[in-house]
Amino acid sequence: MNSNAEVIVIGGGIIGNAAAYYLSKRGLKVIVLEGSDFIGNGGSSRNGGGVRQSGRDVRELPLVMYGIKNIWPTLSEELETDCEYHQDGNLRLGKNEKHKAILTKLADNAKSCGLDVRMIDGEEVRRINPFLSDEVTCASWCPTDGHANPLTTTLGYYKMARRNGVRFISGEKVTGLRMIKGRVRKVICASGDVFEGENVLVAAGFDSREILGTVGVDIPMTRSLLECLVTEAQPHMFDQMLGTAEADFYGHQTKHGSFVFGGSSGFEGCNKDNGTPVSSAKTAPCICRGIMKYFPDLANAKIVRTWAGWSDKCADGVAVVGAIDEVPGLYTSCAMSGHGFGIGPAAAHQLAQLIVTGTTDVDLGTLRYDRFKAKI
Amino acid sequence: MNSVNDRSRDIGPFVPAPDDDMLICRCEEITKGEIRQAVHDGMWTMTEIRRYLRAGMGLCQGQTCARLVKGIVARELGVSPAEIEPATSRVPMRPIEMRIFANEAKEEEDYEQ
Repeated sequence: MNSNAEVIVIGGGIIGNAAAYYLSKRGLKVIVLEGSDFIGNGGSSRNGGGVRQSGRDVRELPLVMYGIKNIWPTLSEELETDCEYHQDGNLRLGKNEKHKAILTKLADNAKSCGLDVRMIDGEEVRRINPFLSDEVTCASWCPTDGHANPLTTTLGYYKMARRNGVRFISGEKVTGLRMIKGRVRKVICASGDVFEGENVLVAAGFDSREILGTVGVDIPMTRSLLECLVTEAQPHMFDQMLGTAEADFYGHQTKHGSFVFGGSSGFEGCNKDNGTPVSSAKTAPCICRGIMKYFPDLANAKIVRTWAGWSDKCADGVAVVGAIDEVPGLYTSCAMSGHGFGIGPAAAHQLAQLIVTGTTDVDLGTLRYDRFKAKI
Repeated sequence: MNSVNDRSRDIGPFVPAPDDDMLICRCEEITKGEIRQAVHDGMWTMTEIRRYLRAGMGLCQGQTCARLVKGIVARELGVSPAEIEPATSRVPMRPIEMRIFANEAKEEEDYEQ
């Protein structure tokens, strides 16, 4: 089969699949190469499902606000897949003065970008979500935030892109890129296969660093293991997305009734992972203890499954999205730093537009790949 | 294992069958027809079927239906079931209450008593 395309996308996660969908919708010929055996096998399928603006660095806000305004509300219809998008607000919870200071600063920054987010006290928190314990004394409240199902959203983009004629190949691990006549051209795979594209989009999570390195581009990021758990289905309790000031716990109740919660044990930077993202014995019990402090009513809910996934954590904690100037034809969206799901559709949409028209609706200047400067 | 799998390979059209409404995943109430349709939507692995449909994601975690799902996917793709990788088994083995799972940190104290 022909291994040439107008765009070769490296990485079959939410960004790769969505970019393939938006590019194919504009009539381009696209090939997606996924390194693992499964489509959507990285952070795209392993995150807590947050589609939020509050709590983000201001540099990411314009892009995620664009997605929440223009893409998420109609995504289920567009993908003919139930993405389970809920726009019922995000409570970012605090328990003490230190938390309040963190949340107030985040809220003030977001307000300066035009986001409707405000600080509320414990009483108002419990008016919005009566199941929260008295330990919660404050929160930031952003009514336009929400959550969605990462699994069906990621695979929904895949389904529709594939239906549009995009060629997807899984188990095709990319080892490097080659330039020809001053432009990116060849994509070399571990299997020996070589693909050629007029444009290449690298959206391969942490592996993007090594791939981009083969054409001399380095994006400073590390890999950090994050863990989640899910309960059995519970009676309906609430529809908001939840997070905390210290970002140590987050989650929501899904359409199915189960609660998905993510959290940390403090050992994220030095987990023993042996090369595969597996749950550690310490984290899930730690998340349970955290949840029960916030939601005493969930103490008897049964945990049915735990899992782990890697986050590609950027040196400054902010995503990298855009074109690489030194290598014409090369684009990337990586180092999403654990916020890639909510912002992914917008990043992919804008990159597809950039590849086809050379322009974007949102200024991606703050997310540039070459923004990193040494400290002195 | 990582084997190259071109998802554009022609597996033929979806042909409705009389037993399409048969429940395969009892926990999540997923039918044979839904699983077959998902294969035609590109979900060629047990992992993708699970994530897309929730088959095998309920209380039994696929311990009842995984073999059946595998057989249906294999038949739809025209390959041997032996070629279909099982989905990852995940902790805990049985559903366990949050308040009990949370006790891990107290283990030492409990031994001392």
